[in-house]
Amino acid sequence: MSDNRKLIKIATAGSVDDGKSTLIGRLLYDTRSLTNDKLEAIERNSKQKGFDFLDFSLATDGLVAEREQGITIDVAHIYFSTEKTNYIIADTPGHVEYTRNMVTGASTSQVAIILVDARKGVIEQTYRHFFINNLLRVNHVVVAINKMDLVDFDEDTYLNIKGDFEALIEKSNYSFEQVTFIPVSALKGDNIAGKSENMPWYVGNTLLDHMEVLEPQDLKENTAARFAVQYVIRPKTDQYHDFRGFSGKLHGGPFAVGDEVTVLPSFTKTRIKSIHFFDQTYEVAQPGSSVTITLENEVNVSRGDMLVKSTELPQSAKELSAIICQVNHTSLQVGSKLILQHGVNSVLAKVQSIEHLIQTDFSGEIPADRLQLNDIGKVNFKLSKPIHYDPYTENRDNGSFILINEGSLDTVSVGFIQ
Amino acid sequence: MSNILIPNPKEAESIHIIREVAAQFERPVLLFSGGKDSITLVRLAQKAFYPARIPFPLLHVDTGHNFPETIAFRDQLVEELGLELIVRKVQDSIDQGKVREEKGRYSSRNTLQTTTLLDAIEEFKFDACIGGARRDEEKARAKERIFSVRDDFGQWDEKNQRPELFDMLNGRIHQGQNVRVFPISNWTELDVWEYIKTENIKIPSIYFAHKREIFIRDGMIWTANEHVYREPHEEVLEEMVRFRTVGDMTCTAAVLSTADTLETVVEEIKSSTISERGARIDDKRSEAAMENRKKVGYF
Repeated sequence: MSDNRKLIKIATAGSVDDGKSTLIGRLLYDTRSLTNDKLEAIERNSKQKGFDFLDFSLATDGLVAEREQGITIDVAHIYFSTEKTNYIIADTPGHVEYTRNMVTGASTSQVAIILVDARKGVIEQTYRHFFINNLLRVNHVVVAINKMDLVDFDEDTYLNIKGDFEALIEKSNYSFEQVTFIPVSALKGDNIAGKSENMPWYVGNTLLDHMEVLEPQDLKENTAARFAVQYVIRPKTDQYHDFRGFSGKLHGGPFAVGDEVTVLPSFTKTRIKSIHFFDQTYEVAQPGSSVTITLENEVNVSRGDMLVKSTELPQSAKELSAIICQVNHTSLQVGSKLILQHGVNSVLAKVQSIEHLIQTDFSGEIPADRLQLNDIGKVNFKLSKPIHYDPYTENRDNGSFILINEGSLDTVSVGFIQ
Repeated sequence: MSNILIPNPKEAESIHIIREVAAQFERPVLLFSGGKDSITLVRLAQKAFYPARIPFPLLHVDTGHNFPETIAFRDQLVEELGLELIVRKVQDSIDQGKVREEKGRYSSRNTLQTTTLLDAIEEFKFDACIGGARRDEEKARAKERIFSVRDDFGQWDEKNQRPELFDMLNGRIHQGQNVRVFPISNWTELDVWEYIKTENIKIPSIYFAHKREIFIRDGMIWTANEHVYREPHEEVLEEMVRFRTVGDMTCTAAVLSTADTLETVVEEIKSSTISERGARIDDKRSEAAMENRKKVGYF
């Protein structure tokens, strides 16, 4: 295909003033991704503000309100690339009230960068960022201990923070993640792309080198193939008179011509007759492909149905238990009725019970009768029809859903099926 | 046969988005400018529905100041692919007294397009408008959603956007609202060019180096012709230039270039140090130019 470079999606998280925007600006600057006109705009703006250094945060703080307040209020997407890799950063704000943005950014990311201010160390915000990271199962975590220039590049400060964070890892119950600690100064450029001369005691990779050596197989999730039908393709032309193709995006594992598949929810069995992508046909489609599939038998398949290998059936249920993060101002309570969108399929859902709220600082659970914006809790639902899911811990795409308010039609919650 | 499909992740994501539009909306439309981004969208839409036809029309909002090469290209593409094309003209909105032509040194019909677009949305009751905007183009666009809900007035409320989680797209809207959809949100300028090269997609000739009558203002290269306001002292020169972005003549600056093939264009982009929107005169008006235009319904 056109671009063989690996694609890495990164979520960044940090508190106000941790220097997150500066770190991103520095990555762009050091990979020569800032063009002359953008650099000039940064120089001009920095001078106007009376700074004697380049304020890279201006490269990412997009909206007028943010520039006025000097904070980041929404998820911004930033792109850069090296010879080997295309990167997309979801830059998310670090205030307590913006948990929803962090969850949003992490939902599409394989790598998370958590910033810690070397002068402040591990604080409550760090707990929360790491918690969300675990909840969303982002596999690769980089703890960037920033502003090392302001603590005289002191190794003991770094080791203390590292120790505190390791204690936090002990408390988390997510065992797949790989956590890497890197002492940096985003403002001065130490250990971002170039090795720091100020910290000879640090022998690990720079931030950029660390991401460059991640292999695509480290980033992918290979479980069972899940193919949700988005759209039925019926050309009705002379040439393709009887063509009936099911289009969608394949997740979790490959599909091959001849595979026996089960159509859900009908549980009809058939085989894959052909796999099409544009004007070509293929024997095998790798996960991540947006393809069109034809089946051997005339079976009834419509949007929202799912094709799976008959040997790898997902779970099917009309009652669900899920961890919910509330991403809207409306609250979720017992009796709330909502639209549950699972992939491209939608059913109605009713909140049966709320078990508890989960505190994102690892301090445990507390009883509650509702979830409000930025709350995370365990909720039980009853559905109008069964959905065919995997636990989130086994398949991120087939184990998550969103809830939509029937009145406002807004996305109000995200759920991770237990 | 006997081959394995290894996906290009950005292409697969875009196709997924375009199929969601066809499935979730009753009257979608693809906003087609004749530029490389909307041409790329057409190819992605072809791939999304092949062997069926693209199940929605194209809409071109014609400022009347388009490069003639773009219009010729548009008509040829539509003919070749058997697509339905709707054209609505800014001139008609001016004639109807809905908008007033700008005058003077930086006059352009670029901002006037918004009225013509909103009228067309109302006329055809379009509920989803697919556009080729990318997040890497401009900092206000970096925060844009893939499905971006607009109210009856086409306005963007950047503080009240729906969160987009995983690849689930919520296109549910109320009567009178519509959604702007950006399937190539996550592509960069270079991604688009490399895709055009690999897929061997035809693009208008003005993207390649050609001789053109130009004049220099504010360090930018402007097309010299009757649609572009020029002061008497602004001298007309002939230079080898090409365009990196194709808006209309009054707001698109050229770059000096000898790149006359896709290969040389891609090489030039790779080594370039001026960002694409740096050649858009409309964004230079102020720091917040794009954000302000988006709020009032600009594409």
